[in-house]
Parts: sequence; structure tokens; C-alpha cells
Amino acid sequence: MAFNPAQKRYNKRVIGLSLLYAALLLPAVWLFKHHMVTGPLAWVVAILPALPIVAIFAAIGGYIVEETDEYQRMLLIRQTLYASGFMLAIITVWGFLESFDMVGHIPAYWASVLWFAGLGLGRCVNRFTEGNWS
Amino acid sequence: MNNRLKVLRAERNWSQADLAERLEVSRQSVNAIETGKYDPSLPLAFKIAALFALPIEAIFSAD
Repeated sequence: MAFNPAQKRYNKRVIGLSLLYAALLLPAVWLFKHHMVTGPLAWVVAILPALPIVAIFAAIGGYIVEETDEYQRMLLIRQTLYASGFMLAIITVWGFLESFDMVGHIPAYWASVLWFAGLGLGRCVNRFTEGNWS
Repeated sequence: MNNRLKVLRAERNWSQADLAERLEVSRQSVNAIETGKYDPSLPLAFKIAALFALPIEAIFSAD
């Protein structure tokens, strides 16, 4: 499959940010596991792994802006709408269940995990309605 | 919206990829427009019309 310049830039950014995420997460987990960080430094170390994830959201926004093929852009926007709806629905239901002590607590970053899973779902919807994986 | 894109393309012996290259869009875009799954924006419709040297209404028509 051939990628256009906007898709190549997006892929490069996401791969780089994913590697950065792993590079920041592993030391953070290790440092906290061994109780080696406290105070303001602990805040910095805890926040650092989240930043590449936030940057991936920005990269997706950047790709939507930079994509010159309007049909591909429409497919991507539809994918992100499915992702948002999927994540919000599950988080909302889970939140109520949690409030009524029906289920356990889940960390808030699961919203991002569900959103990325929703992107995959949106891609499948595009495939089955448009015959297009993009 | 209906369109005559497939017919116009066939008259010139262009593949979907040929047309996509001339319009600077993906082959999937051409396919989606031809099959009526996607209606192009006005700028893209003008670009298609200019490529075939036809008025927009000679290519696209309402259902």
C-alpha cells in the first residue's frame, strides 16, 4: 500500500512517539517500583509517559489538517468519531457502575486505551461500509 | 448524486489509478466517487470538470 506524504509524516510521528512512550514508561515504572522518586520529581516522572500519548492525539489532528485527499480525510474523521463515541459510551457506563459499587475502579488512562481501540473499530466500519481500510 | 465519471474515464482508456494521479487524489477516492459512495467537494468537482473540459452539470447530476 502506497502512502501519500501526509500519511508518511503521520506514520513517522506516531512511530517516534510510541518509542518515546516506551522509553519514558519503563524507567518511570522502575523508579516508582523501587521508591526512588518522591515530591515534585515524582510528579514529573509520573506525567512524562503521558506526554507522548497526548502528542499522538495532536499528531492525529495534524494528519487531519495535512491530508489533502478529502475522501481519506473524511474516512479518518469518521474513524475518530467512532473512537470518541466508543470510548465515551464505555467510560460513562463504567463510571455509573463504579459509583454504585458494581465494578472496581479503573485508572483514567483507560479512556485513551479505549479511544485507540475505537479507532480500530472505526477502521473496521470503514472497511465494511466503504470497502476501504484507510 | 449521480455522475458519469466511469464513462468519461473509460472513453479515455484511463484506469482509476490514472484518473487519481491526474486529480492528485487516491485511487480509493476515485472509486468512491464513481460508485456514488462519496460526493466530492465543490473544489474537487471543479477540478474533475476542468480535467474533462466539461461543465460540472455534464458530469454530475442530482438523483
